[in-house]
Amino acid sequence: MTNVIAPPAGPARTRRPSGGLFRLSTASGIGLGIGLVWFSVLVLLPLSAVVGAAAAGGWSAFAGTLTDPQTFAALRLTVVEAVLVTVVNAVIGTIVAWVLVRDDFVGKRLLDVVIDIPFALPTIVAGLVLLSLYGPDSPVGFNIVNTRTGIFLALLFVTLPFVVRTVQPVLLEIEVEAEEAAASLGASRFTTFRRVILPSLVPAITAGSSLGFARAISEFGSLVLISGNTPYQTEVASLKILKFLEGDNQAGAAAVAVLLLLVAVVVIVALDILSRRVARRA
Amino acid sequence: MSIEVKGINKQYGDFVALENINVSLPTGQLTALLGPSGGGKSTLLRIIAGLDTADSGTVSIEGVDATRLPAQKRNVGFVFQHYAVFKHMTVAKNVAFGLEIRKRPKAEVAERVDELLKLVHLSQFAHRLPSQLSGGQRQRLALARALAVEPSVLLLDEPFGALDAKVRKELRDWLRRLHDEVHVTTVFVTHDQEEALEVADEIVVINEGRVEQIGTPDQLYDEPANDFVMSFLGEVTTLEGQLIRPHDIEITVMPQHDDAVQAVVSRSLRIGFEARVQVLTDNGEEVTVVLTRSHARHLGLQAGQTVWVRAAQGALTVPSLRAVPAI
Repeated sequence: MTNVIAPPAGPARTRRPSGGLFRLSTASGIGLGIGLVWFSVLVLLPLSAVVGAAAAGGWSAFAGTLTDPQTFAALRLTVVEAVLVTVVNAVIGTIVAWVLVRDDFVGKRLLDVVIDIPFALPTIVAGLVLLSLYGPDSPVGFNIVNTRTGIFLALLFVTLPFVVRTVQPVLLEIEVEAEEAAASLGASRFTTFRRVILPSLVPAITAGSSLGFARAISEFGSLVLISGNTPYQTEVASLKILKFLEGDNQAGAAAVAVLLLLVAVVVIVALDILSRRVARRA
Repeated sequence: MSIEVKGINKQYGDFVALENINVSLPTGQLTALLGPSGGGKSTLLRIIAGLDTADSGTVSIEGVDATRLPAQKRNVGFVFQHYAVFKHMTVAKNVAFGLEIRKRPKAEVAERVDELLKLVHLSQFAHRLPSQLSGGQRQRLALARALAVEPSVLLLDEPFGALDAKVRKELRDWLRRLHDEVHVTTVFVTHDQEEALEVADEIVVINEGRVEQIGTPDQLYDEPANDFVMSFLGEVTTLEGQLIRPHDIEITVMPQHDDAVQAVVSRSLRIGFEARVQVLTDNGEEVTVVLTRSHARHLGLQAGQTVWVRAAQGALTVPSLRAVPAI
């Protein structure tokens, strides 16, 4: 048995340093060019423009907008709700994926299709759907309009599929034999889940959670009808941005946008670090 | 007796996987469950391990009735065909798993892991991930992991089935030597008769859910209980309605014996050191004869030539009852 990791073959190794980093074949050069232009036009330039707009009023205007109690309350509500929704999704989404992959029951295929409905619906329709059951004319006597619970439910609704759909394929790939091996080594069902299954799922759960979180802090459509938009109570960041724009306060809108952007980046990076930690500790 | 299986039955719907299986395996022995794919041997192994449950019958391990014990409590080491290693754990962590579950002190775990990795020659790979190992190395890792908990029996389900021929042969010899060193009661499932004959102390031949014969490799080869065992343990051909090994047929170019049958050579083929000759007897039987290359050259056999064939003295023959698998 020989060492599996062999050093790369000679020529490739010796040519690299002299050719420098930017020696690319024509095909990959064109590919990289298209990729960069595409990414710049769609993402990087608009992002820079927003940051520029936020910075236009100077630091004091930027800080002033964000420390304004009403804006701050909206931001805080958004982030807190998004975090709660993400935690719930990570758990429930994994359970739903588990049920869909491991269990057999009547209507399993139907449920598998229904999971995607929150993705397929226009978000304003999602709001309408929730209102028809939990609105002022609720047949079950449960009115969520103009409450934080309502925001929570709406966010859960629109972010439900993310974790399910990222965990499901990974769960399908997991070998049942590894679980049987753990059992024959004496591991209980719970230990097997914690030490053998979960570590393989964590990257998928994290990826799904990141997507869900990003969606939750930016959600607009489904909240328009439900949140009621009461300052300090049920006003979320995306609706606050709309208010700034309606009040012709471009810089204010941009400031909130930049902060949301920062939060999203921080959370996604944090989740990634967390996932690596958990995977390594197993 | 280390493993005692009594009256095991198992059905999957209409399909009978195992039918009234009775086997007892003495402590310290290396046993092969041999048979064609789908014959029920893996199912039996999984029932012994507690990974499957029988419809009826009992399993006892080391004198303890294990029929209702879950896999976790049977203290059985199990090795799978496709390794089933924990992909996200290093080699050392894989081996340590069973010991950590048993909450052994850290120092003891480290020491035992060290010892086992030495035993399976993987010491220098302790901090690698399984994905960085070859198939043979992964299977040795799986073996070390199973041995770590000092199981009362070690069960291997087609352990070398996923490996290429050369590695398979190496690991097979190695398993035999390992068993002579460790002496744990071992049962392995295989469909490769050569593997079973070479490695096992005792072979249990299983076919269509039933035990066909139990015995040492020599017993099975020399005194097969029936035509199935005979044909499964080595190449066979039919001569005058009897199953016989092709190398047990005497072939002459002149009618020297009264009991010889006249035949015509239809094909002569040389494979390495041996020659395989197909002859068609006067009563329409296709007979395969294997002889050494020099003997064949001496006889100067050619297609179309008339020859005489008969069972050599002391040749083993079994009446042909069932259809012989095509060779």
